[in-house]
Amino acid sequence: MWIMAARRILIGIFLIWAVSAFIFLITQILPGDAAELILGQTATDASLEALREKLGLNQAWYTQYLNWIYGLVTGDLGVSVAGGSTIADLIKFRIGNTLFVGGIVAVISIPLSLSLGLTAAMMPGSMIDRVITATTLGLIAVPDFFVAIFLILILAVGLGWFPSVSYLRGNEGFLKSLYVLTLPIFTLVLVVSAQMTRMTRAGILNVMSSPYIEMAILKGIPRRTIILRHALLNSIGPIINVIALNLAYLVSGVVIMETIFAYPGLAKLMVDGVQTRDIPLVQACGMIFCTTFVVLILIADLATIVSNPRLRHPK
Amino acid sequence: MKNELEKDVPETDAYEELHDVPAKSRLRLSWIGKFCLGIVIFWIIIALFGSYLAPYHEAHFIEEDLTGNEFDDPSFMSPTRQVLLGTDYIGRDVLSRIMWGARTTIGISFVATILAYIVGIFLGVTAAVAGKWTDAILSRSIEVVLSFPSIMLGLITIAAFGSSIPILIVLSGLIYAASVFRIARALSLDIIVQDFVEVTRARGEGLWWIITREVLPNIAMPLATDFGIRLIFIILFISSLSFLGLGVQPPISDWGSMVRENLQGLANGFSGGAIATIAPALAIASLTIAINIIIDDISAHDGGSLSGKMV
Amino acid sequence: MKAKPIFQCRDLKIEARPWAQEPIEIVKGISFNVFPGQVVALIGESGSGKTTISLAALGYTKPGLHFSSGEAILLEKDMINLDYEEKRLMRGEHVAYLAQSAAATFNPSLTIGEQVIESALLHGALSKETAEKRAIELYLALELPQPYMIGKLYPHQVSGGQLQRLMAAMALVEKPSLLVLDEPTTALDVTTQIEVLKAIKKVIREEKSAAIYVTHDLSVVAQIADHVVVLYDGVIKEQGTVEEIINNPKHSYTNKLMAAVRPTPKANLIEQSVLESEHSNSALVVKNISAGYGGTNKRTPTKLVLHDVSFSLNHGEVVGIIGESGCGKSTLARVISGLLPASSGQILLNEKELHPSVKNRSLNELQLVQFIFQMADTALNPRQTIGEIIGRPLTFYHGVKGKKRDEEVREIMRLVELPDAFMNRRPTEISGGQKQRVNLARGLAAKPTLLLCDEVTSALDTIVGANVISLLKKLGEETGISFVFISHDLSTVSSFADKIVVLYAGRLVEQGTVQEILSPPFHPYTKLLINSVPELRVGWLEETLKKQSTEVGISGTVEMTDVGCPFYNRCHIKIEGLCNTTSAPLTSSLSGHEIACHHLDMALLE
Repeated sequence: MWIMAARRILIGIFLIWAVSAFIFLITQILPGDAAELILGQTATDASLEALREKLGLNQAWYTQYLNWIYGLVTGDLGVSVAGGSTIADLIKFRIGNTLFVGGIVAVISIPLSLSLGLTAAMMPGSMIDRVITATTLGLIAVPDFFVAIFLILILAVGLGWFPSVSYLRGNEGFLKSLYVLTLPIFTLVLVVSAQMTRMTRAGILNVMSSPYIEMAILKGIPRRTIILRHALLNSIGPIINVIALNLAYLVSGVVIMETIFAYPGLAKLMVDGVQTRDIPLVQACGMIFCTTFVVLILIADLATIVSNPRLRHPK
Repeated sequence: MKNELEKDVPETDAYEELHDVPAKSRLRLSWIGKFCLGIVIFWIIIALFGSYLAPYHEAHFIEEDLTGNEFDDPSFMSPTRQVLLGTDYIGRDVLSRIMWGARTTIGISFVATILAYIVGIFLGVTAAVAGKWTDAILSRSIEVVLSFPSIMLGLITIAAFGSSIPILIVLSGLIYAASVFRIARALSLDIIVQDFVEVTRARGEGLWWIITREVLPNIAMPLATDFGIRLIFIILFISSLSFLGLGVQPPISDWGSMVRENLQGLANGFSGGAIATIAPALAIASLTIAINIIIDDISAHDGGSLSGKMV
Repeated sequence: MKAKPIFQCRDLKIEARPWAQEPIEIVKGISFNVFPGQVVALIGESGSGKTTISLAALGYTKPGLHFSSGEAILLEKDMINLDYEEKRLMRGEHVAYLAQSAAATFNPSLTIGEQVIESALLHGALSKETAEKRAIELYLALELPQPYMIGKLYPHQVSGGQLQRLMAAMALVEKPSLLVLDEPTTALDVTTQIEVLKAIKKVIREEKSAAIYVTHDLSVVAQIADHVVVLYDGVIKEQGTVEEIINNPKHSYTNKLMAAVRPTPKANLIEQSVLESEHSNSALVVKNISAGYGGTNKRTPTKLVLHDVSFSLNHGEVVGIIGESGCGKSTLARVISGLLPASSGQILLNEKELHPSVKNRSLNELQLVQFIFQMADTALNPRQTIGEIIGRPLTFYHGVKGKKRDEEVREIMRLVELPDAFMNRRPTEISGGQKQRVNLARGLAAKPTLLLCDEVTSALDTIVGANVISLLKKLGEETGISFVFISHDLSTVSSFADKIVVLYAGRLVEQGTVQEILSPPFHPYTKLLINSVPELRVGWLEETLKKQSTEVGISGTVEMTDVGCPFYNRCHIKIEGLCNTTSAPLTSSLSGHEIACHHLDMALLE
């Protein structure tokens, strides 16, 4: 088991490296001259040269890459082309905001979707199950912004309960922030829980159709015990997997949500960076998101490995 | 105990082999499935002919009413007989833009899905059929692509290359080719270990025969169902990019960008304005939900083996 | 027999309700009784509804099936109409179920012990200590190794035969009045089968419980049942005591079933093969073949499955390869076909050496050797028509196309007794036996001189399998093709083959004509194998268990060893210090055939 887990961790490290190489390659090497891109076509040769010098573009590509990696690791992410402030400062302010929303969404949606998924799986075909499956299917099949728009329309515009723009000054109390953030959090909870509920339901149903569950029924085991002992025990691995995958899914959800609610988080920063073609900023934010994603998927895979009884108790 | 013998069976009974499984019935959609099929067909027609049927050009500004009077402010107008769904933030007919946008949104997504399929199936089947090394290299590279959240890959690529329709198609085609690769490879691997492929190997058939006659016909059906799922993902992906302002660029109309452009109209509530945001959002949702329900119907018929995929 | 029945099935009807289709009746009005202490066998082929009926005793149907009418009365309660809670209290405590595959029915995440006593604890029938004591008692009674420890293991840590017996312990822990056993030995090798049969029979007698025993195997029924119910297509064809059914079957279907059971090998009744010296040139020579899987280089596999196997085959002869699962018999067929290149050794076809790998063989060489796979279900491409499947070798090897090809396909289909109308059907539209005929026809279409048949009858029902064997015999006579016939079933092999090769743990342990193999001197393993094939008569099990060779043989498990005799740990006449250190050479015995054993012939005579 440990060998497999170690192997998987190594693959994870390889993937993070590959991601960094890919981001660097596609943003820095391929599109040609970054300096010209930034200063525009009217720039003088001298100013171009100066900027190239400043960005280190005159160095060999591998030196550039190593410098960039070194910067990433040490937290020196360079200077934002647009604003002129250091990227580290920009990110420091924003990342807290994103983590705050992400954390609250996780805290709400994990227990919510696990219990919904479990309920649906315990009564397949029942009215509750059908409502849950239909609703979640609907939520998954529509764009994230669709959900957000409807929430805004009903809760903010229609009923006027919550603000439709989530701007934080940074000095609000916890409850006030929560109030301001109700709609984005609600949106993300809906979107992420839909996915997670379906995966939980599918995972448990999959276990429930195995012969040993049938055997447990034929042994006269109470239904509750079957679910809690026989089914859940074998679904723990898959469920941790589901949770990790969906936290990874949050990464995409956050991008849409921060844009629609004008929330000053990391994703909004990155989208703005893309629009102004602020390459160093995009690189840094991209690395943060992608690394988180790879790590979460790694955790999902490790959960599957560790929860396999055949690997935990070798012959 | 007496030996009970059944009397009414003729002795000439042939006792043919019994079938375990009743024969499969032909695919029948439920009424809701048929309804959804109707929706999808409707949108396909709009995508093909919408630009001819639409009352206005997608970039046309409505400046005067039917009698020729000029509007004071043509933006975010409520529906009238002239503009059935009102106007958008700079006074263009929402209905016309949705009809034109159908072509952009569905067209780009469809072409991108086709691209994803061509690349994904080609590489996936190759990885499964060719040797260990080809498979390892292809699978590892694909894994790298899959370790990006697709929206991130989109943001990074667009930051580097800018956004245009060809870039959108290639970008989403390649991103989703990675998932098609995974499915095609897994399905092919299931097939090539089957005895009937062993038989052809033992017979001495070449790789071409094995791929075209043994593998492809057997993975076609599951891949066809998967096509719908992939199409939904690509529609959602491109709409999301457009919504972020990084997809289809104005003045071309596209459902995702229409939602973005008119976002401020939401504040107007249901009196005009909001319709300009909601209508394109509903268009996307109706299409993706309809495709999804059709797939669900087909999967239920297949014994639910595919229904797990959408989760 | 005058007592009240423990379980009564009264005019039971069960139907399937497939998605959006008319219901189909699966069980069509079944009535039978089970009295205390009685074992009732439900016998029938696949699709006869036997498992479905047996599950009614627990008030359970598989998903998609529904009770439509009738009663299943257990201890005066109709199991069908109880609610879940009432059923739950009956299940485990009064009626227990043993499934066909123990490997799948144990929860992989819980220890065996927890699962064995779980039901008793939840019913409040036993305290934890008494339940554990009772479990250990049962482990002892079932002759499981390490009875005090085995409960702490996880299911994947014990062997299949042991798991099957552990499931019996799980069923018996609450002393149920009725046991339902669903083909508990079908998936096992013959030598494992008697180990499990013996344990089950003993425990049923000791516990005095009644049982419903579901099986398709009449020989097993003869060993274990008191009363037999013969089923076909959800209808009872005949029922009576085991003696009546076995010795004096009345119904035509029972007769047909009996006829399909191939007679157990009786050495002295087999006429000596006349083919022996007719041909001097051999059709196939296999010389010192070793082969295996894994590793980067085909020449040095990491896991060797075949060790130094040699045999030869004359034109028109049938050689049977026999051994238990995992002995390497299918690997041998794959090596001959070239699908798995041998790591060392030679294969000569018609006295010309074949390249080890299929990729480097000429079209002509490929054409002469055809491989018939075990599972016709998976060996036929579901997307091609029968005509395309059979026609392809004609085009590929002989360039026959168009109308001429259709004609030849029809001819071959007639040869394997398939109707012409099947040309345009697909494999999913025909039955298992018919598929196996198509599978055969495809091999024949290449016009080979050698057919490799890998377990071609083992996935088929008894009657259908018997028909395929007689077809093979007919083909052998009409075409003069040589066969390598691989099977785990000694009776099938000896009814069809001229020569037999016995494999054990990847090594050849004995070879000779059928006559020689089935008469002494025996290799100890061959002897165990012969003694393990159930005979269609009452009392066989007790007789064979008295034999010392069987007793030692079934207590051990197959171990792949690198040194010494592979059968060492299961042999009743092993020689310490010799058999476990030195491989026995293949020597000619008195009767002229080859045995790999350190003992001299005299010791092997009985």
